Amino acid sequence: MPSPDPDLHNPLRRSFVKGLLGTTSFWMLGGHALWSQALAAEAARTYSPTFLTADEYRFLDAACERILPDDHNGPGAHKLGVAEFIDRQLQTPYGHGDNWYMSGPFVEGPANLGYQLPFVPRDLYRKGITAADAYSKQQHGKLFADLPTDAQDAILTALEGGSVKLGEIPGRVFFEQLRTNTLEGAFADPIYGGNRGMGGWLMVGFPGARADFMDWVNQDGAAYPIGPVSISGETA
Amino acid sequence: MKHADAIVIGAGWAGSILAKELTEAGLSVIMLERGPERSTAIEGAYPDSVDELRGAIRKRLFQNLSQSTLTIRNTIDQTALPYRQLAAFLPGEGVGGAGLHWSGCHFRVSPDDLRLRSAVIEKYGEKFIPEGMNLQDYGVSYAELEPFFDKAEKVFGTSGVAYTINGKVTGNGNVFAADRSSDFPLPPMQDTFSAQTFRNACSEAGYHPYAMPAANASRPYTNTYGCQMGPCNFCGYCSGYDCYLYSKASPNVNILPALRQDPNFTLIANAHVLRVDLDSTKTKATGVTYLETLTKKEVSLSADLVILSAFQFHNVHLMLLSKIGTPYDPVSNTGTIGRNFVYQTISSSRVWLPPSKYTNQFIGAGGAGVAIDDFNCTNFDHGPLGFIGGSPVWVNQAGMKPIAAAGGAGGGGAPRWGSAYKTDLVETYKHSLGIDAHGSNMAYRDVYLDLDPTWKDAYGQPLLRMTFTWKDNDIRMNQYVVSKIAPIAKAMGATKTHLVHLNQGQPFDTRHYQTTHLGGGAVMGEDPKTSALNRYLQSWDVSNVFVIGSNAFPQGMGYNPTGAVAALAYWAAHHIRTTYLKSPGPLVKL
Ligand SMILES: Cc1cc2nc3c(=O)[nH]c(=O)nc-3n(C[C@H](O)[C@H](O)[C@H](O)COP(=O)(O)OP(=O)(O)OC[C@H]3O[C@@H](n4cnc5c(N)ncnc54)[C@H](O)[C@@H]3O)c2cc1C
Ligand code: SF4
Repeated sequence: MPSPDPDLHNPLRRSFVKGLLGTTSFWMLGGHALWSQALAAEAARTYSPTFLTADEYRFLDAACERILPDDHNGPGAHKLGVAEFIDRQLQTPYGHGDNWYMSGPFVEGPANLGYQLPFVPRDLYRKGITAADAYSKQQHGKLFADLPTDAQDAILTALEGGSVKLGEIPGRVFFEQLRTNTLEGAFADPIYGGNRGMGGWLMVGFPGARADFMDWVNQDGAAYPIGPVSISGETA
Repeated sequence: MKHADAIVIGAGWAGSILAKELTEAGLSVIMLERGPERSTAIEGAYPDSVDELRGAIRKRLFQNLSQSTLTIRNTIDQTALPYRQLAAFLPGEGVGGAGLHWSGCHFRVSPDDLRLRSAVIEKYGEKFIPEGMNLQDYGVSYAELEPFFDKAEKVFGTSGVAYTINGKVTGNGNVFAADRSSDFPLPPMQDTFSAQTFRNACSEAGYHPYAMPAANASRPYTNTYGCQMGPCNFCGYCSGYDCYLYSKASPNVNILPALRQDPNFTLIANAHVLRVDLDSTKTKATGVTYLETLTKKEVSLSADLVILSAFQFHNVHLMLLSKIGTPYDPVSNTGTIGRNFVYQTISSSRVWLPPSKYTNQFIGAGGAGVAIDDFNCTNFDHGPLGFIGGSPVWVNQAGMKPIAAAGGAGGGGAPRWGSAYKTDLVETYKHSLGIDAHGSNMAYRDVYLDLDPTWKDAYGQPLLRMTFTWKDNDIRMNQYVVSKIAPIAKAMGATKTHLVHLNQGQPFDTRHYQTTHLGGGAVMGEDPKTSALNRYLQSWDVSNVFVIGSNAFPQGMGYNPTGAVAALAYWAAHHIRTTYLKSPGPLVKL
């Protein structure tokens, strides 16, 4: 059962505006515009980045939004709070590469033998963002966050394709790190600061922490009817 | 120095079974586990355990690579590089081992898999075996192991449906399965919608679908040791998670509660075994030395009997570090420790159903599903095909959660980000299902394990080095079996099908999860020149060391390994109890 006092139970839990966001019917039947407005109200609440600088955070927010843009399917990375999620993650053991083997020597090898750089996620973001913004300035005379979306997409495409090197970091490595963490931020439980209002889960029809499907193992292909619940007991 | 009659290294299935059997035989047993204690009541409890980020993504229950990992290369002429981030395979760590967070697909074996070399030669002649393939028999038969498969299922609380029991057809189980001496302890798991759709299509196509045997409890169950399981509710947080409902069999739920009550049993967690200590003749183990990982204190224990049950490649690593037996040399083709390292050929294809059908992929249980064995083992004619091995094919909807789904969506020409990607992700998550070809992998002369010359673990010991890639025989086997999925998908009413198979020239890629079903490296057999262990999993070289795990498999089989590991563990324990303890020494005299 959800903890009776979610705030006590999960100190990370954001306090968020209840009301409109709190009902299943709102999400299921409510129009797209209403969704966006409600989510936007949420996103408008400012989070102050702690690990990243304000400029780095602007880059991150803009880049994540291109990876997962707001569209007819549902909210994008910005409304879902993905940048906040990533900044928070970089302050956890994960950000320090706690479960990565980080002993040298570090030797370059074929891609299929996996990651071989001496950098943990915090380094990848700090170095990668600085270099990507420098590249953006050099190519377009502006920081990434200030570019039109098609120019942003062109830069991300170049990074993904591996044609750009960001200082010591291959563009592809940085892109994959960014993509991976963006998707985590969109679909992880909201206690981690992303997936605001469980908008990521609602978009794909995932019921979150329900974890009890005794009666829905086989309903001949009908959609599961109950909206999501989060670990802290938030429902939608 | 503290003494125990037996020391067991590793608290997974293999170690827990041996510890239980040896304490039952009256021995004092110390079990050493390098990871922490784990309890369902604490970290396994709802709702904190049903958290994809902390679970399968940040991998809270898996091996901590920062302390120890291995290096990997594809071919002998390459420099192996460290496996720095968990991806291709996910070894467990902590009490319960990978048995705490496995899925629960609980198979026996196909009898021919235990004697594959003999079976192939009988049917097609010795020339059928490709140059460089080390095809071998286990040296033990299904008939000999049957009582131990039976015993293990009653401990695991396995759900399933038999085909024959004592030669009589009793149900709609797997027509290719070997005969059983008794039924499964629990009825089969219910088919999910996806599994049922697959079942119907397979029947239509003329194949023989069956409910996969699952160590997920379909009903409440009390096992042989008095340990209790609750019924599985298909929560979907199964593979990679500890089960909050006590429904998935694990050493923690099914064996350790009984074992912990035995005053002869001591479990020491956070104890990383550095080596097995040998006497000056190198033919007798005197005990083990371990590091208390919290205090960094080195401790030596003495013992009469040492059980290596640290998982397949950790067992091989410990043998090499302890200098038990002769390391394998692929050039001179001598030595056995590290020889016949094998994996499995896994490929997951995807089928999209019409938009009116929701596959609800988040609903599922790790071991539940529907499979066909028509293309597994020796169940089909390999003569015209010219390869050895096979794959079961199945829909094993184990609970797909959105971070994993999103990470895997796109690619292969389709966008991996942006609006089109999002559209594709939503549709794929809601309306598609996965079909796996879960296949065998043969052993080759130049695929093996040894010690790395460069990289070390946090304790200053050389890392294990893996030399592995996909070979022609297994690639063609995989392609053949995957081609059989197309007509099944069509019969399922697929609107789109994405078949995935291995490709010639495509090396093993360490960046993507395939399976943790690693095998071989210290295999069992009847010839000490080609096996590290005799048919009782006893080291040929150091007779008071038994090595229990999938390291004993001479080749990788189509089925998941743990059923065979558990049966081999009970088989070895039986012979230790009935023969070895009465007169310690080699159980097989040459
Ligand atoms: C996600 C996942 C899903 C799986 N699903 C299935 C499935 O459905 N069906 C199936 O058959 N199999 C499955 N498996 C495989 C299954 O988990 C293993 O076959 C099984 O757990 C092996 O048991 P074991 O006792 O040999 O090793 P483990 O369970 O790995 O236990 C070995 C223990 O030894 C400890 N250890 C290692 N080195 C040392 C040392 N030096 N000192 C002290 N302790 C040490 C480890 O920490 C570990 O706890 C799955 C595996 C994974 C990762
Ligand atoms: S699916 Fe079933 S066995 Fe697996 S974790 Fe959930 S309740 Fe347990």
